[in-house]
Amino acid sequence: MIIEEQFSTGESFVHNLDPRVKIIVAILYSVVIAVSSNFSALLPALGVSVFLIVLGKLSIRKVFYRLLLVNGLIIFLWVFLPFTYKGETLFTIGPLAGTKEGVLYAGQITVKCNAILLAMIALLSTTPISTLGHAMGQLYFPDKIIHLFLFTYRYIHVISQEYNRLINAMRIRGFIPGTNLHTYRSYAYLVGMLLVRSYDRAERIHKAMLCRGFHGKYYTLSRFSIKIGDILYLSLMLSAILGLMVLQWRVIV
Amino acid sequence: MESNSLIINLKDTTYSYSGNKLVLDNLSFQLHSGERIGMVGPNGSGKTTLFHIIMGLLRPSSGRVELFGKPAHEEKDFREARKKIGLLFQDADDQLFSPTVLEDVAFGPLNLGKSPDEARDIALKTLARLDLFNFENRITYKLSGGEKRLVSLATVLAMDPEVLLLDEPTNGLDDETEEKITDILKGLNLSCIFISHNLDFLFKTTDKIYAMANGKIFLDEALVPHSHVHTHKFGRLPHEHKS
Repeated sequence: MIIEEQFSTGESFVHNLDPRVKIIVAILYSVVIAVSSNFSALLPALGVSVFLIVLGKLSIRKVFYRLLLVNGLIIFLWVFLPFTYKGETLFTIGPLAGTKEGVLYAGQITVKCNAILLAMIALLSTTPISTLGHAMGQLYFPDKIIHLFLFTYRYIHVISQEYNRLINAMRIRGFIPGTNLHTYRSYAYLVGMLLVRSYDRAERIHKAMLCRGFHGKYYTLSRFSIKIGDILYLSLMLSAILGLMVLQWRVIV
Repeated sequence: MESNSLIINLKDTTYSYSGNKLVLDNLSFQLHSGERIGMVGPNGSGKTTLFHIIMGLLRPSSGRVELFGKPAHEEKDFREARKKIGLLFQDADDQLFSPTVLEDVAFGPLNLGKSPDEARDIALKTLARLDLFNFENRITYKLSGGEKRLVSLATVLAMDPEVLLLDEPTNGLDDETEEKITDILKGLNLSCIFISHNLDFLFKTTDKIYAMANGKIFLDEALVPHSHVHTHKFGRLPHEHKS
């Protein structure tokens, strides 16, 4: 397994934006959408997200494939929510009654999820992971979160290689997984061994870092500069977010 | 740097992992400035432990460690020394942790207090010194084994150390990369200790060879490098010739 950052390289307005701007917009935008419940705000939000994808000139096919993965889970909501939510009966299948509220609720979640996911793809996936980490540093995220983030990225690959090595070692000695105690025990050993090895490796990496003068602070090479395009984009997105908030809460106000 | 000054001085150091068999057994060892020492010995004879004791990654259960003429007891003593002693780990995946090569090589210089621009400059120069051109934006985990080893060496050299400790630098390398590393190391004007099972490599890069066994060091006179180079099958493995 190699983690491919399939959207991170590219030439577009979005790719060239200051990553700090992208992080700020991504956080504000997704929080506002997540707490919104009004379709008159959610549907325009979906439109804004699609617009962001278009702006990033991303491959529609690849984006669609990613959406498919998430919407596969959402299908289950459509199966259960209409029948478990209390409210006005909309339709019946045999003894089961689907409610209008349930359908609306499932619809709401579907739109929310897709809008947030699209925005994340457009904003965060268009930035290389390491750049994202450094941008987080400049936005004063806690050091520990950033370390965790960058190290996870770096060592997922090593751990998966270790996993493959172990799996192969089992296979070449004739291991065929089945539904029996031997299989469960072997898998438990595998997972245990992975944990132990990861822990050992973490210790060695820490030692190697100490040898190179690490003392808890992670310095970075990157410097970012705000350009006129960034300011333009930031103000545009902030107004869009504000607009969505007005659409969501004007009923109450 | 004055010549022949004592850089590393271990006195009667003992170490054991969780109270079992002694890994270092009353070991005394000195490295003077300008010395190039090769270290051989069977697996588990304490070679790597010796390096970790020198760097302060492990603390001896008894005995004294002096680095650059000063006793080293606490983390802060070792922190100073680590700026001048570079250690290359056996497994390059332990050493390279940044996403890109440039960031990893610049990590040491940044820790030494260099500005990002200086650090970038040092990193690029060090990579160029090792003929690693256009490597700066490569992803560390996608490098080949040989490339990883060379980049790891760059991360250590970028800190401009006075002493180089290398743990099995040629292990698992193909002939070409091994030759390259050998050439680079021959050209360095540093004090060094190289651990290796590869006598051929040690003969080329060091002036004397110590043997380690059961937590003790022996200066084996018979192993002082001398020149009647010959080739035969499996000559890379440690072996003896009946004269």
